[in-house]
Amino acid sequence: MTHAYTPGLRISEKTQVVSHRILPLSGDVTVKKGDVLKAGDIVAMTHLPGKVHAINAVNRLGVQPKDIREYMTKKEGDSVLKDEIIAETRPWIKMLKTVLLSPITGTIETISNVTGQVLLREPPKPIQVFAYIDGTVIEILEKEGVVIETTATFLQGIFGVGGETVGELVVVVNNPGDILTAECIQPAHKDKILAGGAYIQSDAIDQAKKVGVRGIIVGGFDDEDLTKLLGYNLGVAITGSEDIGITLIITEGFGRIPMAQRTFDLLKSRSGNKTSINGATQIRAGVVRPEIIIPYSDKISGEAADKPINRGMEIGDPVRVIRVPHFGKIGKIKALPFSPQRIETEAKVRILEVEFPDGSTAIVPRANVEMIEK
Amino acid sequence: MSAGFYEKGDNDLDVIIATDCGSTTTKAILIEKKDGVYRQTYRGGAPTTVEAPFEDVTRGVLNAFAEVEELSGRKILDGERIITPARGNVGVDMYVSTSSAGGGLQMMVAGAVKTMTAQSAQRAALGAGAIVMDVIASNDKRLPHEKIDLIRQLRPDIILLSGGTDGGTVSHVVELAEFIAAANPKPRLGMTFELPVVYAGNKDVQEKIKEILGKKTSLHITENIRPTLERENLIPARQEIQKLFLEHVMAQAPGYKKLMSWTGAPIMPTPAAEGLIMQAIARKQQINVIGIDIGGATTNIFSVYGAVFNRTVSANLGMSYSISNVLVEAGLENILRWVPFDIDESDLRNRIKNKMIRPTTIPQTLEELKIEQAISREALRVSFEQHKSLAVGLKGVQRERDISEAFKQDGEGETLINMLTLDLLVGSGGVLSNAPRRSQAMLMMTDALQPEGFTRIAVDSIFMMPHLGVLATVNEQASTEVFEKDCLIHLGTCVSLAKGSMGKPEENCLSYKITMPDGRKTEESLPYGHLRVVPLASDQEAEIEVVPAKKFDVGAGKGKPVLKKISGGIVGVVIDTRGRPVTLAKDKASRVAQLQRWTKAIDAYPE
Repeated sequence: MTHAYTPGLRISEKTQVVSHRILPLSGDVTVKKGDVLKAGDIVAMTHLPGKVHAINAVNRLGVQPKDIREYMTKKEGDSVLKDEIIAETRPWIKMLKTVLLSPITGTIETISNVTGQVLLREPPKPIQVFAYIDGTVIEILEKEGVVIETTATFLQGIFGVGGETVGELVVVVNNPGDILTAECIQPAHKDKILAGGAYIQSDAIDQAKKVGVRGIIVGGFDDEDLTKLLGYNLGVAITGSEDIGITLIITEGFGRIPMAQRTFDLLKSRSGNKTSINGATQIRAGVVRPEIIIPYSDKISGEAADKPINRGMEIGDPVRVIRVPHFGKIGKIKALPFSPQRIETEAKVRILEVEFPDGSTAIVPRANVEMIEK
Repeated sequence: MSAGFYEKGDNDLDVIIATDCGSTTTKAILIEKKDGVYRQTYRGGAPTTVEAPFEDVTRGVLNAFAEVEELSGRKILDGERIITPARGNVGVDMYVSTSSAGGGLQMMVAGAVKTMTAQSAQRAALGAGAIVMDVIASNDKRLPHEKIDLIRQLRPDIILLSGGTDGGTVSHVVELAEFIAAANPKPRLGMTFELPVVYAGNKDVQEKIKEILGKKTSLHITENIRPTLERENLIPARQEIQKLFLEHVMAQAPGYKKLMSWTGAPIMPTPAAEGLIMQAIARKQQINVIGIDIGGATTNIFSVYGAVFNRTVSANLGMSYSISNVLVEAGLENILRWVPFDIDESDLRNRIKNKMIRPTTIPQTLEELKIEQAISREALRVSFEQHKSLAVGLKGVQRERDISEAFKQDGEGETLINMLTLDLLVGSGGVLSNAPRRSQAMLMMTDALQPEGFTRIAVDSIFMMPHLGVLATVNEQASTEVFEKDCLIHLGTCVSLAKGSMGKPEENCLSYKITMPDGRKTEESLPYGHLRVVPLASDQEAEIEVVPAKKFDVGAGKGKPVLKKISGGIVGVVIDTRGRPVTLAKDKASRVAQLQRWTKAIDAYPE
C-alpha cells in the first residue's frame, strides 16, 4: 500500500474551522448568510414527530376488529385530549357501557379493522439547533441547516463522552504530567471547561459535576472510571449522546499519560477564552474524534491558517508512539527502512526508528505511531 | 468502460481480476490460468475511497489495480479503463467484486413469533450477507411504542417483514406492518428515496400489506419464507434482498454505479460471497465445513452441514473497533483465563480500551500478542455460541421423540452444529491469518471452538474467500481450484476427545499409533490434559489408530478405538486430550502453568 501512515490527531493553534449545523429532519433555518453568531444562538428549528401509542381497542371494548370503526367516537386525523373518550360501546343497559379513553393528548393516527389496534400520536416535539461556536454563517442549506466558519484554535481528543457544551477554558494544573485531583476543582469553576494534565479519577469527576463544571479535558483516565461515569461498560466507541451532566475529553488514551506538551501549551495559552467542546467519538470507518474549538474573538473568519498534514512520513517528523512498550512517548523519526523487519512478536512488519528527547532510540512498527503537526 | 467482459465464453476465462471493497481496504487479486489450472498469482491493496475526500469507490479499486499491475507486469488499465479481453501480458477477461464498504448491508427483520418466522427472517437476511440490526417480533415483550421508536431510530438499509405460515395468522403480520408504517422509517443512505421493505410472509395478507405499506415504503413482495411450519423457503427472500442491495443500497453509495458497470457479475455483499465459497467447497468435497472470519468490527461464522447452510454475524465482536465489546460480552474473567501470565486487571482493561480507540495498531511485544490472542479466543467462542443458537432445526415443528430423547433434556438438542461430524474448520481474519506462527492460529481455533473427534484445520492465506465466492457465481472451477491451491493453508488435523469426556489431570487417557506415508510407525500414549504435535506435512496423509481408555471417547463411543486416514499441515497432527469442554485450573498459578505447558507443546511462542 502506498500511503500507510496514521495521520494523527489535529492540533492547530490557528485554523479555519467549519461546522455544519444540521437538523435531523427538514425544518426552518432562522439565520441568513453573513450573520455573525454567538455559540448560544439558534440557527434552525423543526418539529420531531411525536411518540406513537398503541391501544388494543377491541380487547378493551370486547368487540370484533372488523367492527371497530362503528364504536369509535373519533376518526383518523382527529385531535384528542388525554382522558377524552375515543371509543365506546352502546349496550341496552347503560351501566354495561365500556369507554376507551385516550392515554395522551395528540391525534388519532390509524384505526385498524384487522388488528383492532388504535394508534395515537403525541404532538410534535420542537427542537432547535444552536450555533455551538462563535462564527459567521457562510452557507445556508435550505430547510436543513447552516455552515458556520470561524478562526480558532482547534484540537482533537482521542476519546470523549458527553455532547456539545460551551464555557470558559481554565487550565487547573501547572504541568502536563500533573494529576487533576478533586482539590483542583473550586466552586468558581461552575460553568467552566477545565483542562488538566495526565490523569483524572472518578472522585474528581464527581466533584466537577457537583460544582457544575461543563467539561473536562485531560490526558488519560481509567476504563474502570469510565464505567463508573457511564453506569455501564462501554463496548463500542460510539459516544456523544450520553446524559451524564458533563463532557469529558481525553487527549492521549486510557491510563495515566501526560498530556502532549504542545496540546498543554496551546490550552494554557488560550485559557480564559470561550471554548466549544464535543465529546462525540465514533471509531469506525468515517472516524469522528472529540473536538475542542477555541475561536479568536477578534478574527471571526477569513484568515489564512495552519493546514493539516497530508503527506507520508519523512525523517525528522515528530511522532507519538500509540502502543506499548513506548506508549505516549513523543520523538522524531530517525530512520524509515523500506523493508519489513521482524519484531519481538516474530511478525514481519514495516517499522521506523524513533529518537526520543533524551537521545534514546527505539524500533516501532509504523502502525504504532501517529504523526504530530509541527 | 464496457460491461460484461463476455467476449470469451465463461469457461474460457484465462485472466480474472477480483476485488473486495472493505470498510478500510480495497483488496485486489489476480487469477491466471496456467497449464490448465487456475492459480492466484498477484495481489494489491489500497485504502477504500468511499468516504470524503474522494467519495468514489472506484478510486480505491483503480489504485489496487495499479499495485497489481506494478507487481505482475501485466497491463490492466488503459487510463481509467480496464483492458479486455486478455491478450498475452495485457488485459483481463473478467472483473468481479464484493463490497462491505460503508458498513455493508444493514437490515432489520420482523416476524410474528420470535423463535419461528422472526428467526427464519433472521436466517434469510444473514444468508444474504446482512448485518441484522434488530429483530422485531409480536412476542418480543417490547411495548408497541418501543417497537415503533426502534424502527424509526435504527435507519436500516432494508426491512424484511415476514410472519405467519400461508393461511396462518393475519393480525400479527398486519400489526407489524402498521408499526412500520407508523414509524415511517428513512433509509440510512440517500434521503430522497423510500426505504425498501421486503414482504415474505403469509401470502393471504399480501393485499393488506400493500394497502398499509405500499405508499409509505418501496414495497417488494416475495414468497413466504415459512410457507408451512415444517418448511423454510429462504432463497426467494435472499435473492430479493441481494437485488435490492444492488439497486437501492449500492446505487446510493458513492461511485458504485460506475463500479457496477465494470463488473462481469453482480457485486455481492462480502459475507454472502464468503458463504458461497464455503457451500461450493462443502458440495464438491461432500464434507461438513465451518468457516470463521474474525475481523476488526465483526465476526462472521458460516456452517455447511449436508445441504443446510447457515451464517451468523456477531456485529460487535471483533479485534479492533469492537475489541472492547468482547470484554463486555465475554467478561474479564473469561479473557483472563487465556492469558498465560499474571496481569493486573485494571491494566488489561486500559490496554483493551486503547486498542479500541487506536484500532490500527499492532502488538509489538510478545506479551501484547498473547493478550490479543486471548481476547480472540473469547470473541470466537461467543460468536460461535451465537451461531449455534441460530443454526437450529425449525422450531414449531411437531416431531415424535423416542424415550431416550425424552430423557435427554439438555436444552441444545436442536442445534445443527455437531463438532464430531465436522470435517473442515477454516479460519480467516487478521488475528488468525496473520498470526506470526501458524501454531498460534491452530491453538486459538482449537481453544475457542473445541473441535471433537478428527477435524482438519486451515486458515485463509490472504483473505481471498470473498473474491472466490463471487467468482464461483460465474466460474466455479476457477473458484474452487484457487481455493484449494492458494487460498487455504492447511494447518493439520486435530484429534480430540468427544463432548462430555472429562477426566483428572495425568489420568490414563488414550494411546495412538500413526503409520506415516513412508511406513514409519509412531506409537505413544498421552495422559489426560495434554497436547502433543506429531509432524505431518501438508501434502501427506497418514493412518492413525486411536485407542481411548474406557471412560474416554474419540467419536466411536467410550473406550472404542477409531482407525482413520488423516491429513497433515504446517503444524501437523495435534493430539488433544484436554477434555471437552477444555477445563482450566481455578487458581491463577496452576492455570498459568497449564497454559504455558500447552503453548510449549504446540510451539506457539518463542522461548
